[in-house]
Amino acid sequence: MLRLPPFVFRPARTVVEAVDLFGSASASGDEAMFVAGGTDLLPNMKRRQFEPAVLVGIRRIDEMRTITNSNRTAILGSGATLYQIARQPRLATEHTALVEACRQVATPKIQRMATLGGNLCVDTRCNYYNQTFEWRKSIGFCIKKDGDICLVAPGSSKCWAISSSDTAPALIALGASVRLVGPAGSRDVAVADLYRDDGINYMRRRPDELLSQVRVPRIEGLRSTYVKIRRRGSFDFPILGVAAAIRMQGNRVAGASLVLGAVHTHPVVVTEATDLVGHEPTAERLQAVAEAAQRHATPLDNADLTLYWRKQITAVTVRRALESLVG
Amino acid sequence: MQLPQMLYGRLLCSHRPHARIKRIDTSRAEALPGVKAVITGIDLPHKYGILPVSEDEFPLEIDKVRFVGDPIAVVAATDEFICEAALQLIEVDYEELPTAMSIDEALRPVEEADRIHDYGALEAAGNVHKQVHLEFGDVDAAIEAAPHVLEGMYFYEGNTHLALEQHAALAHYGADGKLTLWSSTQTPHYVHKAMAKVLELPTSRIRVIATPNGGGFLTPSRGKSDPFPHEFCAAKLSMMCRRPVKITLTREEIFYMHRGRHPVLMWVKTGVDDDGKILGLDFQSFVDGGAYGSYGVASTYYTGALQTVTYKIPTYRFRGLRVFTNKAPCGPKRGHGTPQPRYALEIHLDRIAEQLDLDPLQYRRSILVDEYSMTVNHMRVTSCGLDECLTAVGDASDFASKRRQLPYGQGIGMGCGSYLSGAGLPIYWNDMPHTSVDLKIDRGGGVCAKCMEIDIGQGSDSVLAMTVAEVLGIEADEIQLVTADTDTTPIDLGSYSSRVTFMMGNAAKQAAEKLRERILEAAGNKLEVSPEELAAAHGMIVHARTGKSMSFREAVPLAEARGGQLSSTGFYRPNRLAGPYKGSGVGPSPAYSYSCAAAQVDVDVETGIVTPQRIWIAHDCGRAINPVLVEGQVEGSVYMALGEIFLEEQTYRKGLHKFPSMLEYKSPTFLEMPPVETILVESLDGEGPFGAKECGQGPLLPVPPAVANAIYDAVGIRIDELPITPDKVLRGLERKAAGKESRVGPNRVPNVIWPDPIRVDPVWYDQPPEAYVPTIRRVDAEPPGSAKGSPNCEHRESP
Repeated sequence: MLRLPPFVFRPARTVVEAVDLFGSASASGDEAMFVAGGTDLLPNMKRRQFEPAVLVGIRRIDEMRTITNSNRTAILGSGATLYQIARQPRLATEHTALVEACRQVATPKIQRMATLGGNLCVDTRCNYYNQTFEWRKSIGFCIKKDGDICLVAPGSSKCWAISSSDTAPALIALGASVRLVGPAGSRDVAVADLYRDDGINYMRRRPDELLSQVRVPRIEGLRSTYVKIRRRGSFDFPILGVAAAIRMQGNRVAGASLVLGAVHTHPVVVTEATDLVGHEPTAERLQAVAEAAQRHATPLDNADLTLYWRKQITAVTVRRALESLVG
Repeated sequence: MQLPQMLYGRLLCSHRPHARIKRIDTSRAEALPGVKAVITGIDLPHKYGILPVSEDEFPLEIDKVRFVGDPIAVVAATDEFICEAALQLIEVDYEELPTAMSIDEALRPVEEADRIHDYGALEAAGNVHKQVHLEFGDVDAAIEAAPHVLEGMYFYEGNTHLALEQHAALAHYGADGKLTLWSSTQTPHYVHKAMAKVLELPTSRIRVIATPNGGGFLTPSRGKSDPFPHEFCAAKLSMMCRRPVKITLTREEIFYMHRGRHPVLMWVKTGVDDDGKILGLDFQSFVDGGAYGSYGVASTYYTGALQTVTYKIPTYRFRGLRVFTNKAPCGPKRGHGTPQPRYALEIHLDRIAEQLDLDPLQYRRSILVDEYSMTVNHMRVTSCGLDECLTAVGDASDFASKRRQLPYGQGIGMGCGSYLSGAGLPIYWNDMPHTSVDLKIDRGGGVCAKCMEIDIGQGSDSVLAMTVAEVLGIEADEIQLVTADTDTTPIDLGSYSSRVTFMMGNAAKQAAEKLRERILEAAGNKLEVSPEELAAAHGMIVHARTGKSMSFREAVPLAEARGGQLSSTGFYRPNRLAGPYKGSGVGPSPAYSYSCAAAQVDVDVETGIVTPQRIWIAHDCGRAINPVLVEGQVEGSVYMALGEIFLEEQTYRKGLHKFPSMLEYKSPTFLEMPPVETILVESLDGEGPFGAKECGQGPLLPVPPAVANAIYDAVGIRIDELPITPDKVLRGLERKAAGKESRVGPNRVPNVIWPDPIRVDPVWYDQPPEAYVPTIRRVDAEPPGSAKGSPNCEHRESP
């Protein structure tokens, strides 16, 4: 059977300690990684996508597991599990898209281990990459790990692995930001600015920075939803994620945001959603946004089902998501 | 399982789809501390294969690899980490050969030296393994004279069993020079036989123990019915190291070793009269075999064998062809070779009904085979509850009032099927019984039943205990079982081809009857009544007329005192069922099960996503010896069918299996499982034990065509290709909207020069079987409460 590669596990109790442990491992020349729930990292380690010498455990950091609500912001420890977040009644009402996203990640059992921070940092996916070492050796390895070409787009110089986070599109649509704590101090970054157009270096978070908390603003009257397309009602990563948020004033749209997941190396903000602002959300206007969204989707042949179908159903999925918010 | 001093083994598998091995150097791996042995193909230089006609595999390939995943070396070390490191140190130089990754590619002419195998149908171009051409009566004339002729093409994608457990083998070559192998196999007898050949040991020095197999989703054919490389390798390594060696396959390796369902491309042509009565059926199947023979010759015949046992077909031609490709070898999966043609045939019948404006359910009822009749290809039909199945499903699903009446996007469809209760012939030719059961009763009345049958989750242990208990009039929990061990149990060929309840049940019944006779004789003697008037039930032996009685436990010592140790052997061998033509050995069975299913679906016309809403299924199992398990088998079959319909496909890209993992090879979860209404029909077969027939494989067959037919009813498009994925549905809807043929499926089959047919004059067609095969017709049910002589329905609904 597949075995994990050998590694040293160093659990931390505080954010500061975690950053220090990471730093001291790096200083002694060992590759280190943070691990919380491990639901993404450990299977990948078994398949040798990662072989860190040191894992810094952040699951027991109490300050990263708390969920606090102020009147203006919900502050979610990045170590809160998806299960924990999915069962917050206030979040369900005010930040519906986030709760719906958490509920649809993997399986209920995995949701009890997997954390919000982990889902935001989840590795990009590609069915040329998420394979065992032996399989990848047979096909000749890819640019993301051990090889030098992209097998899905051999003419491309960059990696096309797919952003597969469910919570990232939801949090972008909700205007959230994250706090990154590194050896040089901490900084806040909007989730919308957290990702890069590169399947390998897909985040602006530096490896030694710990994503410690997520801050989601409260916006009066905001309604949001997250729709996930996948083959089965459980287990599967998204082949399309649609996060939409709309605020109405009377019968007109006062604010709108729309974000697609799993159609690119990073979540894709559909800016055309703002065209709705100031207007009644008529069927024609929603359809126009839906069609614009479909133009933004650039799936490739590296995930489940055909890329044509995955693109083709973007518009209908977006239209239905928007309809559910204005109906 | 773990044994003291145990070593671990790991396989090195080919990284090339088709290549010659120029050099293999294991010296660096052997030098790694902790490595105890490394072997390659030359250490096990004997070919094996489940069928004697295609012994084409080495445990580790020597000169050549035929697919990515073909094992070529194995390492034994003190732990799996060392094994893994050692595998990376084995150097292999390959010389690449041209590959064939599809049926079409396999039919292209190749250089002699580039063939995947140097045997098979060598007269044909390309990589053809087997060709079959059988003709029963004048099909061409019948179709030509028919007022309605319909032609169609269908494709059924390959898929795999996906048993939850990872297969493991543990071998221990002891100080006594005896090898014991514990393995998660379905066929300890065949493994025993193959071990003796490959390891050059007498069978007396090999003991195979099939471990209890869990997590097979109650799936009878879990793809562990071939002997597998890791079993031989663990054994050989243990012989070399004189320590126990365990090899647990990775999930990826299971995808490669497992003998999944064959992808089959099919062409069907029928001629029917104005009432839809079939006058002639012409059928072609193109079977993608993968890299080795496995059960493939039988699988190929099976794609043509059972079309005839459900409906009257007076003339029939079957042409079948199996190719070798550079993919994981295929073999038997639930329904072995028959779900593919059944899918084609049942959609085809739906089309005929549509064309003639007939209700598809009533139409099928009008063309059913007769009970106790011979088919055109010399299959003997005995009990047949298909009419009852059709009626029951029609009533339960309200089929007549739903068909064409549901709103656009919703539809109902139906299909039928039939399957073997055990193959009529063993895998290797012999005249011996297919199964034997030994019974022994101790002086306290404890009964021990021994049989090599292996419970793979289907509940065969319970059938053994219940059958013996029923005959002896005691409770099943008073029976001790010893099973699945080649040292201690008498032969049973294994848990495949839905044979265990029928065959082992008959053997167990016979063995128990022998002992009952002795016990009743002793009891009658003591009670001073005639033994023929005694009944045994609930642990008592009772003379009804006088009320005299004694307990079973009291009677046992009396019987032993009269005639010695209470032990007996029962056995079962089917009658000679095969017809007088070459190829007639595949298809005959002592009895066929029958099923009918209806499916109601919802089609999202904007996304193409199809949601099954409800399945109704009636299955004629002869008699439900353990009704809860029968129901479980039926529901499990529906579950597996839904996976094959909507999700599962073994596809390849760039010479590799596209996704050999449980995450990306999509198999349904219980969220995908709709409510299922199961109806058990009991046709009380005359030759089955207490009337029982099979239930583990047949119920899969009607479900795929029922769903495809329901999609047609819902949105008017035909999906003639499994799996039915949303992109295909959307494509069908687009074609329909554009005024094109509203169908998605294959549009051509290869143009093949078939060998000359074996022409058979079906003089037996539609005749009573007694003139051709000894036959026992249905008798009155033995236990009370069953309808006399006619099938009996029991309606169950899943929670």
